[in-house]
Amino acid sequence: MLSYIMRRILAAIPVMCVVAIFVFLLLRITPGDPAAIIAGDMATPEQLERIRASLGLNQPIHVQFINWVGQLLSGNLGTSLISQTPVTTLIYQRLEPTLSLALVAITLSILIAVPMGVMAAWRHGGWIDNLVMTASVLGFSVPVFVIGYILIQIFAINLGILPVQGFRSIFAGVGPFAERIILPALTLSTIYIALIARMTRASMLDVLGEDYVRTARAKGLAERLVLFRHALRNAAIPILTVIGTGFALMISGVVVTESVFNLPGLGRLTVDAILARDYPVIQGLILLTSFIYVAVNLLIDLSYAFLDPRIRY
Amino acid sequence: MAFLSAGRVPLSGAIKAFMTISAFIAMAESGAAAKDRTITAVMHSGVRVLDPVITTAHITRNHAYMIYDTLLSIDEKFQPQPQMAAWKVSDDGLTYTFTLRDGLKWHDGAAVTAEDCVASLKRWATRDGGGQMLMDYTASLEATDAKTITLKLKEKFSFVVETLAKPSALPTFMMPKRVAESPSDKAITEHIGSGPFKFVAAEYQPGVKIVYEKNKDYIPRSEPPSGTSGGKVAKVDRVQWITMPDAQTAVNAVNSGEIDYLEQPPIDLLPLLTVNKELTVDALNKLGMQTMGRMNWLHPPFDNPKIRRAAMMAMNQKDFLAALIGNPQYFKVCGSMYGCDTPMATDVGAQSLLAGGDAAAAQALLKEAGYDGKPIVLMQATDVTTLISQPIVASQLLRKAGFNVDLQPMDWQTLVGRRASQKPPAEGGWNMFFTNWVIPEVWNPIVNPMLNGRGKTGAWFGWPDDPKLEALRAEFVKAGAEDQRKAIAGKIQEHSLEVVNYIPLGQYLLPSAWSKKLSGVLYSPVPIFWNIEMKD
Amino acid sequence: MAIHLKDETEQIARWRIPQLRLRRSLIVPLAAGLCLVSMVIMAIFAPFLAPHDPLAMLPAERLKPASDIFPLGTDAYGRDLLSRIIYGARVSLIVGIGATLISVAIGLPLGLLAGFFRILDAILMRIMDGIMAIPSVLLAIAIVTLSGVSIWTVMIAITIPEVPRLVRLVRSVVLSAREEPYVEAAISVGSSMPKIMWRHLMPNTLAPLIVQGTYICANAILTEAILSFLGAGLGTETPSWGNVIAEGRVYFQINPGLIFWPGLFLSLCILSVNLIGDKARDMLDPRLAKRSRL
Repeated sequence: MLSYIMRRILAAIPVMCVVAIFVFLLLRITPGDPAAIIAGDMATPEQLERIRASLGLNQPIHVQFINWVGQLLSGNLGTSLISQTPVTTLIYQRLEPTLSLALVAITLSILIAVPMGVMAAWRHGGWIDNLVMTASVLGFSVPVFVIGYILIQIFAINLGILPVQGFRSIFAGVGPFAERIILPALTLSTIYIALIARMTRASMLDVLGEDYVRTARAKGLAERLVLFRHALRNAAIPILTVIGTGFALMISGVVVTESVFNLPGLGRLTVDAILARDYPVIQGLILLTSFIYVAVNLLIDLSYAFLDPRIRY
Repeated sequence: MAFLSAGRVPLSGAIKAFMTISAFIAMAESGAAAKDRTITAVMHSGVRVLDPVITTAHITRNHAYMIYDTLLSIDEKFQPQPQMAAWKVSDDGLTYTFTLRDGLKWHDGAAVTAEDCVASLKRWATRDGGGQMLMDYTASLEATDAKTITLKLKEKFSFVVETLAKPSALPTFMMPKRVAESPSDKAITEHIGSGPFKFVAAEYQPGVKIVYEKNKDYIPRSEPPSGTSGGKVAKVDRVQWITMPDAQTAVNAVNSGEIDYLEQPPIDLLPLLTVNKELTVDALNKLGMQTMGRMNWLHPPFDNPKIRRAAMMAMNQKDFLAALIGNPQYFKVCGSMYGCDTPMATDVGAQSLLAGGDAAAAQALLKEAGYDGKPIVLMQATDVTTLISQPIVASQLLRKAGFNVDLQPMDWQTLVGRRASQKPPAEGGWNMFFTNWVIPEVWNPIVNPMLNGRGKTGAWFGWPDDPKLEALRAEFVKAGAEDQRKAIAGKIQEHSLEVVNYIPLGQYLLPSAWSKKLSGVLYSPVPIFWNIEMKD
Repeated sequence: MAIHLKDETEQIARWRIPQLRLRRSLIVPLAAGLCLVSMVIMAIFAPFLAPHDPLAMLPAERLKPASDIFPLGTDAYGRDLLSRIIYGARVSLIVGIGATLISVAIGLPLGLLAGFFRILDAILMRIMDGIMAIPSVLLAIAIVTLSGVSIWTVMIAITIPEVPRLVRLVRSVVLSAREEPYVEAAISVGSSMPKIMWRHLMPNTLAPLIVQGTYICANAILTEAILSFLGAGLGTETPSWGNVIAEGRVYFQINPGLIFWPGLFLSLCILSVNLIGDKARDMLDPRLAKRSRL
C-alpha cells in the first residue's frame, strides 16, 4: 500500500513538470505586456521599458525560466507583477470561497445524483428512468451561466428569498453562508449531477443483475437496504472514478460560476490574471489546480481499496 | 404528541429555527454597523495597483484620493484652489512659493514637511505628461523651510497651478519622503498618506476588496467642499470597495440593498434602478468622458492625411454614442477635442462630425486619395464593456464609405501590447483603435496625451510627426490671459482636425446609483467619499 | 423480488425481438436527428432564411422587443436577433464539427502509436496526463489569447484539452486488439506496421470514436459559449450562439429573449447531439447497451 502511494506520487512528478514547462512557454509567447497594464493608458514607450526592466521581464526566456524553477524548488511561487503581493497570499485569500463552493457543490451533487441514479436503475425503463435520463442530458446541454442567471432571476429577484451575489465565510455564521452559497453551488452542480446520475444508473444496472443482489433479495431484505447497502456499495467504484475525472470539469465551471455570483475565489483570480498577463499568478494557479487534480485522483484510487476488499495495491 | 413532534422536527420548524438564527446574525451585524458606519461600494474595477504614480488607471487614482491629500485642487468650476498648500507668484511670474497649512500629519503621526512634498512632486513629474513639461521649464524645486516649497522657472510657463491642481490622470498626491524616494518605475510598498481615510492593509485583497477607515487625526480645510477642493470631512467610519466583474450582478446587488453605492451601472440597465425608491441615480461627474478613435500615422493607408480625413468624414458621433450609451439623456454630440463645457471648448473644424458624417464626401475623398483597398486593421477590446461597441460601429461606417475593414477582436491586454508596436499592420501592428478619457485628461493642449506631435519617439500611440502642432503648443504654454489661451487652443484644434490627429467621437456621462441611506454625495470629476453621511 | 424478475424478463424480451424494441427506442434519437438536420439546413441556407443582415446595425432600433420586422427583437446594436441566431448556427456547428474532426485527426494517430510502441507510450502518456491536468477552459483561454481570436484558434483551443482523452481511448482499444489472435498472426507473418494499423487496428477504433466524437462535438459548442462569456471568444462579426448569448447577458432583465432564444437553439443542438451519441453507443456497443456514457 505505502509503496503504491509512493509510486503514484513519483508518477505525478513528471506530470507536474510537463504542466510547468507547458504553462511557462505558453505564457511567454503570448502577446501582451504586464508592464502596460501597470502603467495605464498614458505611458510612453520609454516608461514601459523601464517598468519592464524593473519587473525582470526583459531578461531572456531561459533565464526567467531558471529563476522561476529555482524559486519553485525553494517553495516560493513568486510575487504578482501587478499587485506585488506574494502568489501564496493571493491564493490563500481566495481559497475559502472556491473550496466552499466546490465542497458544497460536490456534496449536493452526490446527495441529489446518487439517489436519482439508483431510482432510475431500480425502475429501469420506467418513467422515473426516462425522467432522470432526460434531466441528466439536459444538465449537459445548458451552459452554466444560463443556469446561473435563471436561478438568480427566480430565487433572488422574483421570489426575493436569497441574496443575488456575494460570499460570507462559514465561520461568520452558517445562515449567511448557506443563503449565499446555495445558488452558486446548485449552478455548478448541474453538470456534475448529470454526470454522476448517469454513472450511478449504469453501474447499478450492472450490479443489480449479480448473484449477491439476488441472494439479498431472496433473504427478504427490504428493497431499500438491498439497493443502498448491497448494490450501491458494489457500484461505487465507477461512481467515484467519475467524481475524480469530473473534477477538471468542475474547475471550468467554477470560473464561470464565480463571476456570475461574484464569489471572490480562485477561478476569478485565474481569469483576471490571464487577462492581465500576471505570469507568476497564472503559473502558480495552474500548477496548484493540476496538483489538486492529480491528488484528488490519487485519493480516489486509494479509496477503491476501502470499498472493494478484493483490490490490493 | 409533544414527544413525537420533538422527535420529528417539522420542516416549518426547521425553517423557523433557521430564520431565527439568520435574523440573530443579521442583528449582530447591524449592531456592529451602528457603532461602525461602513459604506460598501462597487467601483468600476478592482484595485490591483496601489501606487498612483506608476499607473494612470482611474481606479488607482480613486484609491489615492481616499488616502492621500493633494498639494492643490480644483473647485466645481475647475478653478485651481489651495488644498495642502496655498501659493504665491512673484511679479515676474517665474517664482512660485507654496506654503503648507498647519496641522498636516501622515497616517503614522509624523508631520508633513516641505521636503516630503518636494520628493513627491519630483516622483510625480517623472511620470505625468504635464509634470514633465513643467520640469522642462523649471530651474529649481526645493524646500526652503519646513513649510515652504519654492519653484523657480527658467522661462514663463503659465500653467503651473493648473498642472499641480488637475484632478486626473495623475494628480499631485503627497507622500512621505521615504516612500516618494522610490523610483517611479518601481511600485511603492508603503501606503501612507495624509488624506481623510487610512488604508487598512490587513483587509486588502487585490482585485477583490479594499478597505479604508476614517483618519481621526485629519484636520480638514474650513471651506465647504467643492470639486476636489475645500474641507474633506470623513463622516463615516469605514468605506469598503468590493469588485463585481459582472455588471448584471452589481445592478442586482445595489437594487437589493446588498451594497450602498454602484459607481458605473451600465446605462441600459438604469431603468431597473430608477424604479427603485430606495436609490438615487445621478451623474456625479458632470463633465463625463470623451470617447475617441486614433489612427496610426506610420503606415498606409492612414499615413495619408486625405485618407484620415475620409475616415473622419465617415464617422457619425450619434451612432457611436447610441451604441455605447443608448439613452440620449446621458450623451451629447461634441465637436471639441477638449470636451464640451470646458474652459477651452470649441467646435472649430468639427463640422462633419457634428453634422452626422458625410459618407458621399468620404467616398469621393477616398477615391481622390487613391485608396488601394488595403484592409484597415481595427483593434477591438472584447473584455472592456465601454470599448466594445466603438470598433463595431466604426467598421460599419467605414465600410459604407468604401474602406476595406479587418475588425480584429482581442482582449484589452493584447490590444495594449499591440498598440505599442510600430510595425506594419500585417506584421503585428495596427491601423486604428478606440479608447475613452475622463474630460480633465483631455481638456487642454498640455494634458491631452494625443495632442503631441513628437513622432515615433515622443508621441502617444499612433505617433503623429507634427512640428506645427508642437510650435502651437509651445505658444500655448506661454499664453497667460484666458482669451489668449482659448484662441491658441482653437488654432490647435483646427489644425489637429485638419490633419486628423484623432477623432473625438462624443461625450457621455456615467451615472452612479446609491442608496438613499447616503446623503451629502458630492459632484466631482472623480468619485469621492468624504462628506458622505450614512443613516441606518 | 417481483421487480427484479420483471427487469430480467424485460431484458430477455429485448434481445429476443429486437425490431419491436428498436422502433420504440428510436423515436427520441430520430427526433434529435431531425432537429440537428434542420439546424444544418438552417446553417447552410442562412443567407436565404435570415430576414436581415446579421451585422447591419440600426442604432435607433436597439433592444427592441419582437415585432413583425424583427421576429425575435433586436440586440444592443439594433441588429436582428433571429438573423444572428440563424447565422450563428453556422459558426457553432462549424466549431463543433471542426473541433471533433481535428481532435480525431490528432488523437487517432497518437493513440495508435501509443498503443503500438511501448517506448513512445510512456513519453506520450506523461505529456497527455500533463495536459489533462490543466483545467480545459483555462487552457483554452490562454491559447485563444495567445494566437489571436479567429474561428480556427477557437477550434484548436477547444480541441487541445480533448485530445488526451481521445488518445487514451484509442490506445486502450489498440492495447486490447493487439492481443487478438488475428493481430498477433499479422505481426508474426511480418505484415508492415502501417498495414496492421490500417487493416486491423483502425476498424476497431471506429465505434468508440463515433461515440466519443458526438460528445466532443457537444462539448465544443458549449465551450465556445463559455469562452465568449469570459471575453475570450469569437468577435461580434462572426455571430455564434455562444457570443450572441454572451453579448445579450447584460440585458437579460430588460429583454430576456436575448439569452433565451440563442440559449434554446444552443441547448437543443447539444441535446440532440448528446441523444444521438447515447443511441450510437447503445447500438454500436451491445455489451454496454444498457449502460450510458460516463
